[in-house]
Amino acid sequence: MTQMETQPAAIAPGRVEPHPVIEMRDITIAFGGVRALDGVGLRLFPGEVHALMGENGAGKSTLIKALTGVYSIDSGSILIDGEEHTFSTPAAAQGAGISTVYQEVNLVPNLTVAENMLLGREPRKLGRIDVRAMNRRAQETLDRLGLDISPTSVLGEHPIAVQQLVAIARAVDVEARVLILDEPTSSLDADEVEKLFEVMRSLRDHGVAIVFVSHFLDQIYEISDRMTILRNGTLVGERMVAETTQLELVKLMIGRELEVLERIDREVAATEAIKSGQPVMKALGLSRKGALQAVDLELYEGEVIGLAGLLGSGRTELARLLFGADTADAGELQVGSKTRRLRSPRHAIDRRIAFSSENRRSEGVIEDLTVADNMLLALQASRGWLRPIPRAERSRLVSKYIETLDIRPANPQALMRNLSGGNQQKVLLARWLITQPRILILDEPTRGIDIGAKAQIQQVVADLARDGMSVVFISSELEEVLRLSDRLVVMRDRRKIDERPNQDVSVSDVLEIIAGSARAEEATRA
Amino acid sequence: MRKVLAHQLVWPTTALAVLLLVNVIATPTFFDIRMQDGHLYGSLIDILRNGAPVLLVALGMTLVIATRGIDLSVGAVAAISGAVACVYIAGSPEQGAASTAIVACSIALAVCVGLGLWNGFLVSVLGIQPIIATLVLMTAGRGLAMLVTDGQITTVNNDAFKRIGAGFVLTVPLSIVIALGVFCLAALVTRRTALGMLIESVGINPEASRLAGVRSRTIIWTVYVFGAFCAGVAGLMIASNTSAADANSAGLWIELDAILAVVIGGTSLAGGRFSLSGMLVGALFITTLATTIPTIGIPAETNYLFKAVVVIVVCLIQSPKARAALWVRRTAPLAGRATA
Repeated sequence: MTQMETQPAAIAPGRVEPHPVIEMRDITIAFGGVRALDGVGLRLFPGEVHALMGENGAGKSTLIKALTGVYSIDSGSILIDGEEHTFSTPAAAQGAGISTVYQEVNLVPNLTVAENMLLGREPRKLGRIDVRAMNRRAQETLDRLGLDISPTSVLGEHPIAVQQLVAIARAVDVEARVLILDEPTSSLDADEVEKLFEVMRSLRDHGVAIVFVSHFLDQIYEISDRMTILRNGTLVGERMVAETTQLELVKLMIGRELEVLERIDREVAATEAIKSGQPVMKALGLSRKGALQAVDLELYEGEVIGLAGLLGSGRTELARLLFGADTADAGELQVGSKTRRLRSPRHAIDRRIAFSSENRRSEGVIEDLTVADNMLLALQASRGWLRPIPRAERSRLVSKYIETLDIRPANPQALMRNLSGGNQQKVLLARWLITQPRILILDEPTRGIDIGAKAQIQQVVADLARDGMSVVFISSELEEVLRLSDRLVVMRDRRKIDERPNQDVSVSDVLEIIAGSARAEEATRA
Repeated sequence: MRKVLAHQLVWPTTALAVLLLVNVIATPTFFDIRMQDGHLYGSLIDILRNGAPVLLVALGMTLVIATRGIDLSVGAVAAISGAVACVYIAGSPEQGAASTAIVACSIALAVCVGLGLWNGFLVSVLGIQPIIATLVLMTAGRGLAMLVTDGQITTVNNDAFKRIGAGFVLTVPLSIVIALGVFCLAALVTRRTALGMLIESVGINPEASRLAGVRSRTIIWTVYVFGAFCAGVAGLMIASNTSAADANSAGLWIELDAILAVVIGGTSLAGGRFSLSGMLVGALFITTLATTIPTIGIPAETNYLFKAVVVIVVCLIQSPKARAALWVRRTAPLAGRATA
């Protein structure tokens, strides 16, 4: 194991640099014969934000887990301050000043914010936990980060975004020299992201090395100094962010030209004709206390409605009411020509409505079942347990969708938990397409997944709408909403504030609508 | 080899084999089965016959545990079932008639289904944690059984009823046939229809299942009813074996034996994937253990302690973590990667 002295060729030559705080050399990790990482290197310098880039399954998470001692490495070496070092447990890594915040919040929902922040290192007095000191210390950290969260409140009562910020506060509370943020922004809105970036900049200026993983290219460009790009478990190279254009980066990540996105040009004008028919779904004053104020909505055949709005604006709440995941207190819902009360998801599925939740892990995947079972779950549920799907039909459906959606690994018997986020999302999409819905409600179907999978999912949505399916599309990425939708519904503060055809609407127009309505309200209040 | 070792049935089966070996060494005639009056007799047959009630209860328990639940009330339900049947037979004008036994068993099982509905209602509709919800019936159930029998041990004299626990069919004890019959039926229904997959889905992620249109509530309700039904049949066997209903001791601790059988069989208490064949091996292990303890001369007063130790050892052997810890200590540190 001495041949790894050669540095990865892509590292920019001739630059005078301080010593890296962490250097990973030629790391290889295999799981049951499959190489998840093959000779990958990573250099982290103090006082920089280092973006780790790559599609889902490129090996970003594996590399992070190798660094933090979750996985042991098969070959290669990790140098910390120039000395070889391997951590056998995550706790050992944390002890050495390497803190990690993962995409999914890994905290205890029924403890308080302070308890979560100091879990495992509570201040003690006479052998007992000193609650007052704990709350004080948590408050200090939160103040330092400029976060307005009460340390004594119960974590589970906060929205996911706030929980995410608490997780980051927890990581910062430790004297961290290296902070690893794995997709920390996927559930944050723009303000919260900005707050996070402020925190990151201040930590960076204090000499902390930050590893940042995000699928939002704009965020990468706003905050990062340097990046390392991975593809299929191999190292593509290390680049300075300022010297690499976004287009170059995307090419490096996916290894081919990305013309896929270009092709999704929906013909918005054509849908005007469709609207002359009967709406397939019509909501009248649909509302639910504490979740959504009365909303009117019409959905036509072959139409994509984009729900735009910030996180917490009521987008998800509306989607859940349309599917019967929650029941409405007031208002009515017409599906086809009849008025329906959707009492349960089952009810909605029988009316050929499908809904893919924004919480992939808690409300979507069944982790310990196979890909095939996950795909067929909704169809099987609506057939009832007494009528199992015949074997031939099963394999026909499963292999058809594995192929059309390009799901990897293409193994129907793989356990769902072993798939990457993007592939899990595709399986969930397949679960609903198999039920042949008339109305498809997608809540954040592209969150936290790589650009290739994202383009594929967008393409599928566009194709489905052309074939006559009606789609309600929700995404925090306004560009994506604008690219796909025929009609825009803008939400704010749990109600609908605007609706318009998607013609010559730009991202800033939408933001203007949201901001404008806020200003108008303030004016009337004054 | 590694594949064989990784199979979930390997460890429980090995444990059972070791136990049988211990018995053969202690009693060389252990495996002998002889024919007497057209009936099979022998230690193995005894084990199977004594194990029939545990197997039945564990069968229901497996499905309940697969939905993330647990049913502590099965012992009490078994006692109620026996009590209801015996009291009905004892009070009937034609105590010896076969029809009386059939009616008595039907009423007893109907009562059990009712109790299962109650458990299922508490868990699936009211959302009470299963351990608490079934604890209610666990404690109240024995009282209920006492109420039915008036606190007396009710003895009955009915040949048809006696056959359930003590009778034979084609040389084989009837209780074994019944238990295996219900087992095969359950295996067939869960694996040949989609029920097994839906139960697992609900156990792994109830909310995701609900959003996929699975009727989680109905499924959870059904497994508790099935669990109580199985306990009811077990209760009939126990009462029939002695032709008496003893509200105090019938089915006592059977819920614990059943839970152990399920766990030894490789079904996680956290719910999700379940294994009926594993449970079968687990149930056989538990009943063989009960026979082994007196055979190898363990004094009766340390009976429970010994059982606890054996169970802990089996569970440790099954745990990949514990195995890895043992393995690493004995061999080079490199071997530790095998579990990653």
